[in-house]
Amino acid sequence: MDLLEYQGKQLFARHGVPVPAGKPATTVDEAVAAAQEIGFPCVVKAQVLIGGRGKAGGIKVAKDADEAREHATAILGMDIKGHTVHEVWIEEASDIAEEYYASIVFDRAAKAPLFMLSTQGGMDIEEVAESDPTAIARLHVDPLLGFQAFHGRRLAYEAGLPADVIRPVGALLAKLYEAFTAEEAMLVEVNPLTVLSDRSVKALDAKVTLDGNSLFRHADNAALRNVGAEDEQEQMAKERGLTYVKLDGDIGILGNGAGLVMSTLDVVSQFGGKPANFLDAGGGSKAEAITSAVEVILSDPKVKAVLFNIFGGITRCDEVANGLVEAFKQLNPQVPFVVRLDGTNDVEGRRIVAEANLPNVQTASTMNEAAEKVVEAAKS
Amino acid sequence: MSIIVGKDTKLCVSGITGSEGTFHTLNNKNYGTDVVSGVTPGKGGQDVDGIPVFNTFHNAVGETGANTAMIFVPPPFAADSILEAADAGIETVICITEGIPAHDELRVYNFLKSAHPSVRLIGPNCPGVLSPGKANVGIIPAAFFKEGNVGVVSRSGTLTYQIGNELAQRGFGNSSIVGIGGDPVPGSSFIDVIALFQDDPETELIVMSGEIGGSAEEEAADYIKANVTKPVVGYIAGVTAPPGKTMGHAGAIVSGSSGSAAAKIEALEGNGVRVGRTPTEVADIAIEVLGK
Repeated sequence: MDLLEYQGKQLFARHGVPVPAGKPATTVDEAVAAAQEIGFPCVVKAQVLIGGRGKAGGIKVAKDADEAREHATAILGMDIKGHTVHEVWIEEASDIAEEYYASIVFDRAAKAPLFMLSTQGGMDIEEVAESDPTAIARLHVDPLLGFQAFHGRRLAYEAGLPADVIRPVGALLAKLYEAFTAEEAMLVEVNPLTVLSDRSVKALDAKVTLDGNSLFRHADNAALRNVGAEDEQEQMAKERGLTYVKLDGDIGILGNGAGLVMSTLDVVSQFGGKPANFLDAGGGSKAEAITSAVEVILSDPKVKAVLFNIFGGITRCDEVANGLVEAFKQLNPQVPFVVRLDGTNDVEGRRIVAEANLPNVQTASTMNEAAEKVVEAAKS
Repeated sequence: MSIIVGKDTKLCVSGITGSEGTFHTLNNKNYGTDVVSGVTPGKGGQDVDGIPVFNTFHNAVGETGANTAMIFVPPPFAADSILEAADAGIETVICITEGIPAHDELRVYNFLKSAHPSVRLIGPNCPGVLSPGKANVGIIPAAFFKEGNVGVVSRSGTLTYQIGNELAQRGFGNSSIVGIGGDPVPGSSFIDVIALFQDDPETELIVMSGEIGGSAEEEAADYIKANVTKPVVGYIAGVTAPPGKTMGHAGAIVSGSSGSAAAKIEALEGNGVRVGRTPTEVADIAIEVLGK
């Protein structure tokens, strides 16, 4: 789960990571009121989950209330690389002396959190990594030991920080690690990490990704929503407990098990089709779940044909077939379906589909045949 | 022979009294797996279809000599259950549970490595291990597989069944089928399992089925080149997955330039592993390699 900048900063603040004061706003009036409370000059920042906000005109300094109104009016509703701005963050202006980069990544290969620190902040760290890899100090922290003060010193000296900020940056990194572990993040990134003109250090930006599997013990984080980031089908699927990812093609896909669904998308593409979605109905899906999944797929108006690719293990093909028949009763779909059922109770499942005599439903006996047929069906 | 589970497996199931736990435990038992006990705190003294239930793993191991654990408890309790099994002296822990927090997995992995280096953890979020004709621990539908010489290791459950079925239709059987799971910190990697297949005299061909996310396939490619003499056939799911989106498995995400299917296929092929572009093609290559 990705957080907006201000959600990340509020999370940082809970763990003592210094951040500039600010307030979120969803309307122009709220934004102006927030600006007056914070004082001028202040910064109006678009809250979207995409980089390049500044270049797109989504970050503006306001000298007074009129300017705050002008900027908030321009930014709210603005489109930044396909993301509509639904919220702005009004923040006190910072007098920046230096810009650094700091992050902690959940390093899967090393099975340990990876710290990175660089004096080359404010720019794309992947570019820095490519052009000057030595400019980034890196260090793994043993998750059983946790972050120690010497970790902070090593990072700061190796990154080449000026002597007067070694201590405050080290202290900030310790707090950042606390936020990373306590909130169960997969990524925390501060770019830029700033030294202000009074030589104090502050996190001027926040990019935080939380582990969705840990939200059951973080009620506050689970309640955070970013409405603009979820599209209609993804929201609908989430409410129904289905794993759905919107893609940009026209062939609806339903399968069981993440790996098989990914593989199905690939095979459909190899036959020249474009999948409209990833939908994993999950293991052991009952008929109602299948019907509900069909409804989500069909609610995307781009869908011109639908492929069911099921290999039953815990999932029973007769349950899937019953769900499909029920979906046709309830939804009367107008697009062709191709159905491939293999695995547990496949004979019974195929019999149910055949006897229901559903309009516009073809069957297939292999995954490749199914993909080929659905690509053909989507063309007509 | 077979790897990880077999005729000497003595299984204890954590979460045996839950409905899913009971269902799959009995499936495993009916297949011929020696299920000796179960653990559910507070239900010690009961039994599930004749299988005795204990309050702790320590009691279960002491009373029934269990050497393998299957974890079926819900995500908030799964890490604890894995650690309890290891503490009680269990050597092989197979965790089926999906949805365990990644930081729990990190703690479990690192603690096992330092305090219980001989414990083998398979999963979490995996379908288990099947050694056809010998033992089934987990949720793999055993009816589709028979004994044979192809070892399969995979991050995905149903995709394993798909590939296994393609192989079975061409007459191949399996030494063992191992699901290592789709989470960010699997207890065992491709390398761990491939090393076991390399040493298993019954296995003549190794099939590895990977997917987007992480770098386990790339690491396996280097390992294979340096250490594996048996033929290996690969498959990678998620060639068309867009970056930044988690494709169902918590671990299946292309972030930035890392973890893409193209990079994994290139790494495997660059190290002499043939990669099927579809599950069907994996079976085609298997025929070419082993003959028919």
